[in-house]
Amino acid sequence: MSLHIGIDVGSTTVKVVVYDQDILLFKHYERHMSKVRQKTIEVLSMAKDVIGGRNCTVSISGSAGLGIAKAAGLEFVQEVFATGEAVKRWDDSIDIVIELGGEDAKILFLTGGLEERMNGSCAGGTGAFIDQMAMLLGVSLEELDTLSLGHNKIYPIASRCGVFAKSDIQPLLNQDADKADIAASIFQAVVDQTITGLAQGRRLEGKIAFLGGPLYFFHGLQERFVDTLELDSEHAVFPELSQFAVAYGAAMLSVSNAETFSYRELLTRLENAADQSAVCHKNPPLFTSEAKYEAFRARHAKASVQQADPHNYHGGAYLGIDCGSTTTKLVLIGENAEILYQYYSSNKGNPVDVIHEQLQKVWEICGDHITLRASVVTGYGEELIKSAFHIDEGIVETVAHFKATQFFCPEVDFILDIGGQDIKCFHVKNNSIDSIMLNEACSSGCGSFIETFAKSMGYEIEEFARRGLFSKAPVDLGSRCTVFMNSSVKQAQKEGASVEDISAGLSMSVVKNAIYKVIRAHSAAELGEHIVVQGGTFYNDAVLRSFEQLLGHDVIRPSIAGLMGAYGAALYGRGLGLKQSATLPANELKTFTHTSKAANCGMCTNRCSLTINTFANGEKHISGNKCERPLGRMAKNDAPNLYEYKLNRLNALKPIPGTRGKIGLPLGLNMYENLPFWHTFLSELGFEVVTSEISSVDLYRKGRYSIPSDTVCYPAKLIHGHIEDLLEKGVTTIFYPCLTYNFDEKKGDNHYNCPVVAYYPELLQANISKLKDVRFLYPYLGLHRPNDFVKKAAAFFLREFGGISRGEVKRAANKAYAVYRQWHEDVKAEGSRAIAYAKEHGAQMVILAGRPYHVDPEINHGIDKLIHSFGIVILTEDSVADLVEPQKVNVLNQWTYHARLYNAAKYATQHDDIELIQLVSFGCGLDAITTDEVRSILEQKGKLYTQLKIDEISNLGTVKIRIRSLLGAIDERNRTRERKAAAYESKAN
Amino acid sequence: MNQKQTEYPVFTKEMKKTHTILVPMMLPIHMALMAEILRQEGYNVDILTNDGHGVVDEGLRSVHNDACYPALLVIGQFLDALRSGKYDPHKVALIITQTGGGCRASNYIFLLRKALEKSGYGYVPVISLNTLGLEENPGFQITVPLAIKMLYAAIVGDFLMLVSNQCRPYECNAGNTDRLVWQWTQRIVKSWNGKKLVRYRTIRKWYKEILHDFAQIEQRNSHKIKVGIVGEIYVKYSPMGNNHLEDFLLSEGAEVVVPGLLDFCMYCIYNGIVDRKLYGGGLMRYLGSQTAYRFFLKKQKDAIRAVRQHGVFRPAMLFSRTKDLAEQYIGKGMKMGEGWLLTVEMAELIESGVHNVVCTQPFGCLPNHIAGKGMIHKIKAVHPEANIVAIDYDPGASEVNQQNRIKLMLANARAQDSEFQSVTSYPAQPAKKRDHKPAQAAH
Repeated sequence: MSLHIGIDVGSTTVKVVVYDQDILLFKHYERHMSKVRQKTIEVLSMAKDVIGGRNCTVSISGSAGLGIAKAAGLEFVQEVFATGEAVKRWDDSIDIVIELGGEDAKILFLTGGLEERMNGSCAGGTGAFIDQMAMLLGVSLEELDTLSLGHNKIYPIASRCGVFAKSDIQPLLNQDADKADIAASIFQAVVDQTITGLAQGRRLEGKIAFLGGPLYFFHGLQERFVDTLELDSEHAVFPELSQFAVAYGAAMLSVSNAETFSYRELLTRLENAADQSAVCHKNPPLFTSEAKYEAFRARHAKASVQQADPHNYHGGAYLGIDCGSTTTKLVLIGENAEILYQYYSSNKGNPVDVIHEQLQKVWEICGDHITLRASVVTGYGEELIKSAFHIDEGIVETVAHFKATQFFCPEVDFILDIGGQDIKCFHVKNNSIDSIMLNEACSSGCGSFIETFAKSMGYEIEEFARRGLFSKAPVDLGSRCTVFMNSSVKQAQKEGASVEDISAGLSMSVVKNAIYKVIRAHSAAELGEHIVVQGGTFYNDAVLRSFEQLLGHDVIRPSIAGLMGAYGAALYGRGLGLKQSATLPANELKTFTHTSKAANCGMCTNRCSLTINTFANGEKHISGNKCERPLGRMAKNDAPNLYEYKLNRLNALKPIPGTRGKIGLPLGLNMYENLPFWHTFLSELGFEVVTSEISSVDLYRKGRYSIPSDTVCYPAKLIHGHIEDLLEKGVTTIFYPCLTYNFDEKKGDNHYNCPVVAYYPELLQANISKLKDVRFLYPYLGLHRPNDFVKKAAAFFLREFGGISRGEVKRAANKAYAVYRQWHEDVKAEGSRAIAYAKEHGAQMVILAGRPYHVDPEINHGIDKLIHSFGIVILTEDSVADLVEPQKVNVLNQWTYHARLYNAAKYATQHDDIELIQLVSFGCGLDAITTDEVRSILEQKGKLYTQLKIDEISNLGTVKIRIRSLLGAIDERNRTRERKAAAYESKAN
Repeated sequence: MNQKQTEYPVFTKEMKKTHTILVPMMLPIHMALMAEILRQEGYNVDILTNDGHGVVDEGLRSVHNDACYPALLVIGQFLDALRSGKYDPHKVALIITQTGGGCRASNYIFLLRKALEKSGYGYVPVISLNTLGLEENPGFQITVPLAIKMLYAAIVGDFLMLVSNQCRPYECNAGNTDRLVWQWTQRIVKSWNGKKLVRYRTIRKWYKEILHDFAQIEQRNSHKIKVGIVGEIYVKYSPMGNNHLEDFLLSEGAEVVVPGLLDFCMYCIYNGIVDRKLYGGGLMRYLGSQTAYRFFLKKQKDAIRAVRQHGVFRPAMLFSRTKDLAEQYIGKGMKMGEGWLLTVEMAELIESGVHNVVCTQPFGCLPNHIAGKGMIHKIKAVHPEANIVAIDYDPGASEVNQQNRIKLMLANARAQDSEFQSVTSYPAQPAKKRDHKPAQAAH
């Protein structure tokens, strides 16, 4: 009898098992560090003695095994299939298998209709995600696991994908939340991703087996799964050999293979396969010769800053601190902007400790001969650091970066900053920021990404970058989000690309991401002559060179590229004109301690997760809040907020008891617009209209199990929760019509709804099985043709309920149309009132332009309140859209809601005191078209365009940066305008 | 209606003589036929076959990256061609379809124009191919005889696609099937040359001959897994859009089943009938749609009858039956993008014994959230044997990832297929990319 060998080559590890019938003779697994073929051969050769002279059948499996199997001419078994085989052999009472690998997640439903599924392309967070998070926290994987077991609290973390989750975790770190809680929340995010991304409507019930590396090693993750799925020990199975399941399945399936091999033959096959050359797409090299690289270095070496020895320096000094997402930077400068001291390091998840230590160092350097006149802090940790150490001033990053660059290159036209997490770019015109672009979660390929990758391949970032410089054929890795890049790298590795080629390819991808997605530049000419690049990522010469290459234009990289934020902060401090800084002095620093505690704010429905830091002197700092309320220092702010107004009006629509009983309406998507209509219409017909509660995270969680498409927008996903809510309320009739067409407001070429808004009821009916137990009514109706609506609706209601006459329907419809019209008039009137208020008080106005459902506080995450807290009047797009003639646009303007956006943008261009901020839900395909058009309407008239992309992520850190940047830019512009006006006047006199 | 900001260059009558019209590739067989017809009408037409990273990069550079993948590819293909040096950009016009539906695809033409503007090709005229009169192109008029020829091309194209798909996986000598397809396209268009009107009778005569010819191809008698492809129209058909999905499935030992273009046309027409039922109004469109619908249905019936009488190949399903499958899954008011047709095509495949389906869509395709991924659950409830895998396509999605998921679907297919229980080994052949260059007459 021959032996059976199963080889499982996953995204991160190689596993080999050798079986003699059912007896396990050999098992071994090892991380392959992307050296896929060598490692496979290595692990196999360990089994040499076990195999001896016997013949074997062999099957290869795993995501990275496909290429090897093909090249070696060996049998390939799809890994999920292999898992299924393994589990069936182990324990035939198992209902469901959940397997998490390095980069793939799989689910197998073995009973009740066999179904096997893998994660879609947009959900990369699994083992690799946990690795990345551990690195972010600065702990080892074991520590992460241990930490998580001691948690007290779980933070809500976006579960759309790894990148999104990361942007929720980062601010928790910056607020210094308890690491145990963060660790557990990370595992919870993985659980949530599995449930939403994989279960897709099927309940996870019965006996569940958990397989794969992460589920084997992390007890914290096991605990989260067991807790969330409410399993007892009998129903949660963690098999002993769980990480070998695929290899075992492959070995068992190889039994029927026709071909057998001796050990030697097998090894030869694999060795020969390793020699096959790669076939993936290549880019031209970064440098063709050593000499060219030297010339490049010499050119960039010129862009340096003056340094001075702090021991010999006497006089005033200014401290700039940049507390970034992953790194902390400090710069101490003298009166002539010369650098006295600089510091750049990873914050290891503890920015407070790092800065505490550094401040002591700064005081030591200052001694008696240097007077610290001012300190300024910028970056994610700005507020925390400012209150912890009594820093004199805090400024927004964009301003800090701009200050520094302007000092460096006064004629600068364009600035690109790629940091650890963020990409920021600015166009500069007339010495002020003209437009700001920041990256989104889906364009987050930044420095920390390359670094994480380097580490996963076993290199330090410096060495990794250096190797990329002279790659002969950099691989083309695409430019979508980092999750996609991960799998592209995986593919390249399988095809045998070298570390050099991957390193260079990654640099190019980061740059492509910045150019195509963030800057959206078409040619270098659009950026101007003087382009300055900065941020720690540009220390990497391969990235710098890629940027120049792709742009076809030389750029300037300051020697302190990574310190520019801190340098700018210090320069800002120099301009403050302070005599003596109030920064916590050396003696107080000695006794400085701080503790942090998690809490939930109970002051409004947002229920923000707060982190409360308490310092040695009893002072407190609260973070995580979206408005000023929990800080208890909210000044009376009675500036109108139309978001609040609209929400309150909707809330005020209460059920009116009727003869026909209750009818439920889910309060989401277009119901935010049409509720007044349906409420009146149905109430008039004698129904008691019950709406679901206003959205919340809890409501979302209730419904997410039935979401079939994980890339649909968050507003649509929420509807699942609203249906659950209605069902919980005991409603037995739910009404949610399909509306292809919207009301015709005569603003565009047509008046469609978007496909998701129009037809989501179809999807709900198909995916929420509970709806079969109630009466779910989702007729196709057309509100755009009132007469026909009456006819069709009358027929429908008569059929469904009986005893409803057309006359009755007509009366109800007439009233509903009237109420709907009045509703709009009211919104417009409220808009006019708000505008009048702003004029009277000289207040800034912002049109927060989105869709009707962006009024939902769980969708906008309190952005309206945040902007409002700056004393700004908030307008909605529909409150101003009728104040102008329809805007002419360069696109087919065929959606009612979108036409309002264009009009609102036009209105904004006609008023100096109105800015427009566009809210865009992630995954909204139509906004790919509207955003460009709105931007061009605004920019043609010299207005700034600000876009806020929102999703499940509740972190408003980047939103704050954008808003503060916008306000900063408006200030700057107004000042310039006033200066010009003053100059003009003085000339005229 | 018309409230556009800028005026765009139009395709004038003079340009018909001086300009080459570039057409993006989608359906290799159909488009070879249609291009040739246009040539016979006096247009200079070139079907673009440029593929690969140059195209994708141009697309990424010039189109909002959140726009759908087909837009990105089509626009990328145009720009790549304009830059290739093969054409004089001043002597070129572009053609693109515009459906005017509620899907964002109706905006491709504007994205294209924006991209042209940004790339310095703002002077290149773009022809909008639509049935709604959304834009005017004086130099490009679809006359009634031309429309009929095009229609027949679609009908014959579907026919050739149907039979060739059933031959290709089994042919003994690789390439025989594709050669025969090429010969037939040549023969068909040649016979149309110079004729103002094409007689439908000849087409019916061809059916028999085509069936006869294809049945003559020497075939290996082997059992293959049948895999259907449905989805967003561009990624479903275009080899560039779906990473040569058909070739991959063939190399994995599957027989590919692709619903025809006619179904999509009839779906569009049928929506005119549904619209009046649901929302009232549109009487003229309703009557027109009914006439057109009956006309198409008749044509489809003829083709099906021919296949059935011949008895060797499996015919397509008659649309009137296909559309009724919608009842148990989705409302026929769902008409954006491929709408209810997509759901129904999955159901049709499964009903006709093709249990394995790849549902293709561009990443984040809006209508497919509902009609594609959203309906799989329901289809499986009715047909537990359904084995459907949804694959997203976009510029960043790695081919290995897609292939791995398709392989899972195939593994399940084999496990389900009783005839495969006994067979053990299926060595995969390396995927050969077929040459999708359209058959071109010497000109």
